Amino acid sequence: MKEILVEEIISAVENLCIEANYNLGSDIMAGFNQALKDERSPLGREVLERLIENAEIAQEERVPMCQDTGMAVLFVSIGQDLHVVGGGLTEAINEGVRRGYDKGYLRKSVVKDPFERVNTGDNTPAVIHYDIVPGDELHLIVAPKGFGSENMGGLKMCKPSEGLEGAMQFVVDTVDRAGGNPCPPIIVGVGVGGTMEKATFLAKKGLLREVGIHNPEKRLANIEKELLNRVNRLGIGPQGFGGVTTALAVNLEVYPTHIAGMPVAVNIGCHATRHKEITLQGRACQ
Amino acid sequence: MSEIIRIETPLTQKRLKSLKVGDNVLLNGVIYTGRDAAHKKMVEALEQGEDLPFAMEDQIIYFVGPTPAKEGQVIGSAGPTTSGRMDAYSPKLIARGLTGMIGKGLRSPDVIEAMKKHGAVYFGAIGGAGALIAKCIVSAEVIAYPELGPEAVRRLVVKDFPVMVIIDHDGNNLYEIGKAQYRRA
Repeated sequence: MKEILVEEIISAVENLCIEANYNLGSDIMAGFNQALKDERSPLGREVLERLIENAEIAQEERVPMCQDTGMAVLFVSIGQDLHVVGGGLTEAINEGVRRGYDKGYLRKSVVKDPFERVNTGDNTPAVIHYDIVPGDELHLIVAPKGFGSENMGGLKMCKPSEGLEGAMQFVVDTVDRAGGNPCPPIIVGVGVGGTMEKATFLAKKGLLREVGIHNPEKRLANIEKELLNRVNRLGIGPQGFGGVTTALAVNLEVYPTHIAGMPVAVNIGCHATRHKEITLQGRACQ
Repeated sequence: MSEIIRIETPLTQKRLKSLKVGDNVLLNGVIYTGRDAAHKKMVEALEQGEDLPFAMEDQIIYFVGPTPAKEGQVIGSAGPTTSGRMDAYSPKLIARGLTGMIGKGLRSPDVIEAMKKHGAVYFGAIGGAGALIAKCIVSAEVIAYPELGPEAVRRLVVKDFPVMVIIDHDGNNLYEIGKAQYRRA
């Protein structure tokens, strides 16, 4: 058994919120550079150049790459042999978000009630997904999610008879309907299987995977390649101005499901799909 | 790439009618910000016969909610938000004389009809390029609804703000034209 102080968690979350918003992942930068070579539309190439320039400014000047600094989504894996001391874990995470969005000059984009829509003023609460794992470490991923892209996702409770083709068609149709709204080139997270909420969770998890890394299962990796190809034939292109680079990646995650169903969820990430992570080690109990 | 057209605001009917879909424009002068909550408030004000935060005639609204300015900055990151959420409100402001909107993403047929009927242009700025666009903003001042925080209405002065004509006053739409040119589905 080990323990960790909430102060350490607060400080880690604060830092991850800021760093995720200032520093675009090198995988997406590599994706932009590859797209610059592949894109046939001159206007599309110009957009890609501006996006690279924007990410460089954000990194050098330590400012948010996008004004939508997102709702803070956290994936927390806590070792079952780790004890959090000094306060509640959820409270500590929200305090970290509060401090990060204040100190990092990030936009406060959360409203307290979806109908009354009054801003909470500190970007809390976060959306937190917990997982209990073996061991005595705490793994935190902060993935600030902008809503230009979040709004364009979708879920379809497909019939098993629709099969792989039905699932793929739903993914392609969802991206087609989104057009330029989610700030292409996009990352497409696809979750298939489980229950309704499990499929949407898997789709979100798909957005955490690095661009250019395929699902380790070859059969699923081939589906990702086929989907990326079909999405990039839609013609939407960078910013929706037309072109062959609509998505940088399609990341598919699957889970066992019920004999009667095939939930298919699509979660779209913009070209500023951000996530930063850290593993915190516990210390021997006092 | 088409020639770059420099425009000084306000955007008059005569000037906007010379703009065509796909034109590269550098905007200069005063523009106003407004997004979801501010649009709702402005349209409610109109319905109750109250004054708007600024006179709409020949003005441009930029759909944006910036991040807070750091010390020494005029404004934080300030890229466009998705315009479609303003579709329910834009036709009413266009009818009151609004001649330009800057945002990103698709617009509804009702908005495009209003643009054709009254004369207005929809410009696209590069979505997600908030750090880059902030460099074109020379001054920023909250003029209405400060309680809305990032959604407050601001008066901006911009210098060579790069935008593109996405939908012109005839309803020609770059999203449709561009997509058709590269579509192989």
